[in-house]
Amino acid sequence: MVLVRTPTVVLVGNPNTGKTTLFNALAGMNQRVGNYPGVTVETKKGRFRFQDETFELIDLPGTYSLAPRSPDEMLAVELILGQPPAESRPDVVVAIVDASNLDRNLYLVTQVLELGVPVVVALNMMDVAAKQGITIDAKQLAGNLGVPVVPMQANKGLGVFELKTAIARAKNSPPCPQFPVFPEAFEREVQALSESVGSQVPPFLVRRLLLDIGGYTERFLDGEKNGLANRVNAARQRLQQAGCPVPAIEARTRYGWIRSATADCIQRPPHRPVTMTDRLDRILTHKIWGLLIFLVLMFLVFESIFFWAKPIMELIDQGKDKLADLVKGIMAPGALRSLLADGVIAGVGSVIVFLPQILILFAFIAFLEDCGYMARAAFLMDKIMSRCGLNGKSFIPLLSSVACAVPGIMATRVIENRRDRLATILVAPLMSCSARLPVYLVLIGAFLTRGFPWWVPGLTLFAMYAIGLVVAPLVALVLKRTLLRGETPVFVMEMPLYKRPSLRLVWRRMLEAGWMFVRRAGTIILASMIVVWALLYFPSRAPNGESYDVLTAKLEERLDEKQKMEKARADFQNELDLLENGMPEPIPNRKRSLNEAITELDKDLAELENAQDELNQLQRDWKGRSILGQMGKALEPVVEPLGWDWRIGMAAIASFPAREVFVGTMGIIYNQGRGDSKDPEFRSSLGNAIKEARWDADPERNVFTIPVALSVMVFFALCCQCASTLAVIRRETNSWRWPIFTFVYMTVLAYLGALITYQVGSLLI
Amino acid sequence: MTLDQLLPGQRACVQAIQGDDYLVQRLLEMGLLEGEEIEVVGFAPFGDPMEIRLQDYRLSLRRTEAARVSVRTI
Repeated sequence: MVLVRTPTVVLVGNPNTGKTTLFNALAGMNQRVGNYPGVTVETKKGRFRFQDETFELIDLPGTYSLAPRSPDEMLAVELILGQPPAESRPDVVVAIVDASNLDRNLYLVTQVLELGVPVVVALNMMDVAAKQGITIDAKQLAGNLGVPVVPMQANKGLGVFELKTAIARAKNSPPCPQFPVFPEAFEREVQALSESVGSQVPPFLVRRLLLDIGGYTERFLDGEKNGLANRVNAARQRLQQAGCPVPAIEARTRYGWIRSATADCIQRPPHRPVTMTDRLDRILTHKIWGLLIFLVLMFLVFESIFFWAKPIMELIDQGKDKLADLVKGIMAPGALRSLLADGVIAGVGSVIVFLPQILILFAFIAFLEDCGYMARAAFLMDKIMSRCGLNGKSFIPLLSSVACAVPGIMATRVIENRRDRLATILVAPLMSCSARLPVYLVLIGAFLTRGFPWWVPGLTLFAMYAIGLVVAPLVALVLKRTLLRGETPVFVMEMPLYKRPSLRLVWRRMLEAGWMFVRRAGTIILASMIVVWALLYFPSRAPNGESYDVLTAKLEERLDEKQKMEKARADFQNELDLLENGMPEPIPNRKRSLNEAITELDKDLAELENAQDELNQLQRDWKGRSILGQMGKALEPVVEPLGWDWRIGMAAIASFPAREVFVGTMGIIYNQGRGDSKDPEFRSSLGNAIKEARWDADPERNVFTIPVALSVMVFFALCCQCASTLAVIRRETNSWRWPIFTFVYMTVLAYLGALITYQVGSLLI
Repeated sequence: MTLDQLLPGQRACVQAIQGDDYLVQRLLEMGLLEGEEIEVVGFAPFGDPMEIRLQDYRLSLRRTEAARVSVRTI
């Protein structure tokens, strides 16, 4: 049997060159996103068929240079060199370049040429170049570069067929014959270094080792070993003396080569015409108008994820409840029914409920990025964000996190610098999200409303939001000075030309983001929901051996019965009232039989009077005896310094899947039944109930006082009781390390914050 | 004179970039070579970063970064 290998094509190019558009034009719907171990960037893979042959297509993240600074950037080099984790070298590398900005784009191409693989240059955005009066002779350019050059307009699909033809032809051709020649002194040093690192290291990496001061290749090749670092340093010094200083020599050599390669095939107008980008930038980066437009845009983004998404989220919530009721209606009470209704359906619902926000935010981000505005937003906000060690691109993710950290963390993908991105991801959950609101509202409503001046509730709520706004930048600063320390990230950013955004691209990115969330984070969220369900469900039998489920079902049945009786009684009473008021009796002795029926019903109802209380009591006993309840009791000494009893502690643990669960759990514990955290009536009755709560050990002492309420609020402002956030951090960083770190640091912060609040508060009040 | 001291609309010629760290490498990769002509487009609302144009494209960089580029006005 002959194994036919699918030829692989790798797509590289600068950012903003239409690379994604070209990838979509080549691969169509036939694409998937992949992660390599140890890196946070994604590589998209796709397939296309051409002349009865299938090609595998890999899209690498946009980059200006193949000088790796991090494992993420090393991935591109490794893939093309055929080092692990890739198995084999690609058959063709397609380098996409922006025709309106040819020289700068060719810099990356000259590096690719050195990698010893067949290269095809896709000369994209020919229309933009033409509009600026730039003409390029592609044939001549191909001759000068020594590789095929295909003029294209990927957004219109122009040149795609020609590109495929060129790829198919290049597949079996020898690697590029020509590339920039470095000075002899440099080549001598490379030769010498090659001998000392061994022949298994590709020459390209040896050159990078010499050229990238503090680059990733130094670590990759274990530069410290065998005095390699010293040898590299000595070589760099010799080069400096020979007039070839590192790193300037590389840019000089490459750009020199590029200039001579493009000299006879590109024509620019004598005067640069004033472009639409010039005119737009004058307004959009203006000191006043620019800021104003930015603020309006951000307001719109925030409004949309905070308010527009709400009705859809409520619909999802209701649908989830209906489905759970349906399951409860057709299944017999027991563990399986509870697992389905309270675990699985609730879990799936809480995954889907994020989708409206994610889809809307990503539609905005894709739109702003594709039209070129994103770089301007970063430009406008950089000064403010740099104060806390972040950069301008962290602004939108953090703003979005005020609605919800999940889409916010996903939005950090726009930040290229790995350390800045990580810092933003790690502090995003500190922004006060909408899930904390019900917790604040219950407690403020119960303790800080009546008997206080009108401004106290509002100020307290504001203070809770302010905690996040103050703590997040501080934590970012600390992280950038400790864990994420390193050379100051370089901000240098290209300001791309404005262009009409492609709605198809926006649509696609939006769906991609949603699908990625459901597939990668959804499973983790669902799993955590089921774990907490089980902790609250088991043991499922009361001390006398009866099943809590069956007992609950019985009580619920009685409650139903009670409701029916109450309705019947009201109907009878109505009729009776009419008869009393002089209506003729339709049947003789009707009044008497009505009176008798009502007395009978009253007797039955009296028996059922306490059904609701009994049900609440049962739920409370059950949850108190559950594994989680026992955990809460065991942890009471830990939460006591915060002023909490075991019930609050248990409710805090139970809210691990999502913060708003705290309110529902408190409802169960404080005999209010399982209420809806969004229902104001439930919140106020819960508020009243917790005011009455007493310590188990000391029935005279109230559990909740103002310092306790504040301590709970501060805890929830700072903690990371949100499985979805942790799941999405795991997904975005491709490692368990960071979600665990986030959870630990935020819990410690929350504990300390609550401790200080309670201790200081008790002294003052 | 360094790049961060220029005013909006001023044109200059790059003379040298100080240092050999990643910033320098990045600026060089982006085409900020000796002898290259640049123009200051403007500054962000809070005075930092700045936007410059060279060849057919625009870059934005922080003032501390621009201070590493010495220029001669033209």
